[in-house]
Amino acid sequence: MNPPDVVRSEAEPLVETVEIKTHFKTPRGIARAVDGVSIQIRRGQSLGVVGESGSGKTVLSRSIMGLLPRNGVIREGSVRYQGQEIGNRSSKEMRAIWGREMAMIFQDPMTSLNPVMKVGKQITESLRLHLGMSASEAMTIAEKLFRDVRIPEPTRRLNQYPHELSGGMRQRVMIAIALACGPNMLFADEPTTALDVTVQAQILELISEQKRDRNMSLLLVTHNLGVVAGYTDEIAVMYGGKIVEKAPTKTLFADTKMPYTEALLRSIPRLDQPSHSRLATIPGRPPDIVHPPKGCRFAPRCAYVRELCLNEEPELQQASTPDHTYRCFYPVGSPEYLERKVELTRKGEFVSTGDMS
Amino acid sequence: MSTQPISSAEINSDGTIVKKKLGIGFWLCVTWLGLMALIALFTPLLPLKSPTQNFLDPANGRPPYSPSWKHWFGSDKDARDVFARTLHGARISLTVGFAAITAGFLVGGTVGVISGYYKGWIDRISSFVFIVLLSFPSLVLAILLTSLIERSLLTISLVLGLLSIAPVGRLARAATLQFADREFVLAARQIGATNRRIIIKEILPNVAIPMSSLALLGMAVAVVAEGGLSFLGLSVEKGITWGGLIQLGSESSKTLEEAPWIAFFPILMLFLTVLSLNFAGDRVRNYFDVKETTL
Repeated sequence: MNPPDVVRSEAEPLVETVEIKTHFKTPRGIARAVDGVSIQIRRGQSLGVVGESGSGKTVLSRSIMGLLPRNGVIREGSVRYQGQEIGNRSSKEMRAIWGREMAMIFQDPMTSLNPVMKVGKQITESLRLHLGMSASEAMTIAEKLFRDVRIPEPTRRLNQYPHELSGGMRQRVMIAIALACGPNMLFADEPTTALDVTVQAQILELISEQKRDRNMSLLLVTHNLGVVAGYTDEIAVMYGGKIVEKAPTKTLFADTKMPYTEALLRSIPRLDQPSHSRLATIPGRPPDIVHPPKGCRFAPRCAYVRELCLNEEPELQQASTPDHTYRCFYPVGSPEYLERKVELTRKGEFVSTGDMS
Repeated sequence: MSTQPISSAEINSDGTIVKKKLGIGFWLCVTWLGLMALIALFTPLLPLKSPTQNFLDPANGRPPYSPSWKHWFGSDKDARDVFARTLHGARISLTVGFAAITAGFLVGGTVGVISGYYKGWIDRISSFVFIVLLSFPSLVLAILLTSLIERSLLTISLVLGLLSIAPVGRLARAATLQFADREFVLAARQIGATNRRIIIKEILPNVAIPMSSLALLGMAVAVVAEGGLSFLGLSVEKGITWGGLIQLGSESSKTLEEAPWIAFFPILMLFLTVLSLNFAGDRVRNYFDVKETTL
């Protein structure tokens, strides 16, 4: 793996997926966890993937990395890394890419470190494995990495077991391990969900700072729109295994097209609301990915649903703003949308959040 | 919520953290087991009376002789020294116990960890074999096998080892299953570790903890099983074993009544050894058995 970096233009994506599908065989039938997703991430760019539980966002990141269970998986579509197809590679072939080219930070730092191995050993392992360093060399690098991720007293920490560290500290160790071999592409799978709110911001700050310093690309998976807002260039909203809206971060917030995205935004608690006001929720449950609805997957829960939505599945549409696509027949701002909104407002559905769009 | 699989601290009701200890009982047991192991290793070098010689003493009348300065544990009906024979008995009993559980761990542990990690058809086949092995009453199977073969130290160990494969394998598989889907395994995989490396470096140290107490408990079972077999005359031929000595001392109720020491001392040794193994195994399990704690 040594492509000539110089000739590659900045515009060429580092990671690109074309219509990837990842389906799981389950006793109930085939679960379409990821159902035709195309994304592109350029070098140094960050993409946020947002969605509810079960929307396929975690499976998407694992599909790109090729970290899927051995059995019962059906994969389709193409995953390209630096222009090379990696979607069909075996685990054996992927090992050259894992760690060195792509790395992942997991959701729960409590379970992602081996409880019976000192953290120093866990980080030096990959250095020695991939870069062929000696034990003492690897230790020096590990110490530097610990310093990079702001772990105080790195020398002492290297000799401790995971249970001797706090949650935030463990996530820092995980980040250090992921960064160890200098990957170009970092996947962060809900990296702050298991942490205290006060620590969350620090960890996100750390990830984005390291991303900047090392010119890495980042795919940040989260269910929290607030989290991605500050740390990503582009956001993809996933629903039922598909991307339903994708836009540069600012555009997504300023010019939301998909009613689902709008509903997600509305469900974020806001400080300017009077206390004890009811949080806005999205009625219903996420779609069944074994038997998805016939038309638009969000239609059964959508306040603006019409006949067409229930029968036909909308294709990705290009919005007037650049790089902005969405999957909706009657997007926010369309005459049908406004007509329905007037009705709903009259019925009092938007009392507390009427000023939203 | 998080689990803290390796920490040996316990939290008291008043919130103070106490470091868990193995306790003096554990160390007493370990001392006893160590002593037994040393005896078993060095019996030929010890200044013992010959275990097979007949120390007939016409002045004392007919054997068996009761315990005395000359024969600490007394002698049996053939005037052989019970003390020397009991210590010699430790050799076979402990060797068989140790060898059996080692064989069980080598085969059962390996198969269990592999099937727990790879799952799929390997797991289905091995689980079926384990169930088949477990469905035989083990002592009956041991009696059947030992009565068919030539009974040497090796074959007896192998038979008892065979019987320990299934229980050991099932525990190893269960423990591996518990860790194989943990994120740290995935984390190791995504930095490029091979399956072999993951099994040896990531899974095995975690699985070793529950297995260590099973090793001690399993050895106790093997020692008892060997005792049972030799009581039935189905253990190592011509060898001196605790079970054989007990059998000799309890041939008839008359022997037990008149010369209880012949059976008593081997029974005592067997009892203390098995008790120590069980107790130590229990303590080890308790030591590593940490309740799920939240951070």
